Amino acid sequence: MFTQQKVYHPYVGPFDPCPPVRIKTYQTPPQLYLGFQPPGLPQFPPREALRRGTLWPALFSPYEGRRRDSAP
Amino acid sequence: MWVYEKKLQYPVRVSRCNPRLAKYLIEQYGGADGELAAALRYLNQRYTIPDRIVGLLTDIGTEELAHLEMIATMVYKLTKDATPDQLREAGLGEHFADHGPALFYHNAAGVPFTATFIQAKGDPITDLYEDIAAEEKARATYQWLIDLSDDPDLNDSLRFLREREVVHSQRFREAVEILKEEQQRKKIF
Repeated sequence: MFTQQKVYHPYVGPFDPCPPVRIKTYQTPPQLYLGFQPPGLPQFPPREALRRGTLWPALFSPYEGRRRDSAP
Repeated sequence: MWVYEKKLQYPVRVSRCNPRLAKYLIEQYGGADGELAAALRYLNQRYTIPDRIVGLLTDIGTEELAHLEMIATMVYKLTKDATPDQLREAGLGEHFADHGPALFYHNAAGVPFTATFIQAKGDPITDLYEDIAAEEKARATYQWLIDLSDDPDLNDSLRFLREREVVHSQRFREAVEILKEEQQRKKIF
């Protein structure tokens, strides 16, 4: 399944000073995959497009932010 | 020539007075990957890019100025009624010493804006690759700002700005494809 967030598992050393974060994430937004935008793609209704920042569902990239007490 | 519309591109609402957040947001005002750098970079590159791409740089460069205005509005709202004490506690004491209540073009660490933040090489592919990188860096900056912010209204505007970076990156990538040509040709290299 396609997702705009990828995951990796960094090495955890035996003497790491901070509590280890075992799962780290990074963003892979849609412009990395779309190539030259094909004609005739579906569109958001105008009002929704203005709110989202794009007319194109194919280019919409949600970012909720991480919990502020969790490490990046 | 530009035509000014006396409204923001997207509404900016701030839930509560929080000068600390303003200190972080200023990164997108006068930082290396901020909106000022973006606008100046694109609008300057227009003169030495093939005709087909000039309009794109004009459009995106102009939109960056609209984003700059949104960021300025956020910073202003977050700080406008703060006392010197509050500003000092928020890490803005040094800023206040130099600029009082004014905004200024520097990054979150106080480094002033400089033209060395941007580049124009006059080689179209080189310049567009810089522009794509600039959009991705600005997108990442918005992610970190959203992570730092606990203001839901402000985050709504920041998400809009992040989405615009995504769209701009897409358009610059398409500009590269236009300049590469050879797309439709069956050619074996």
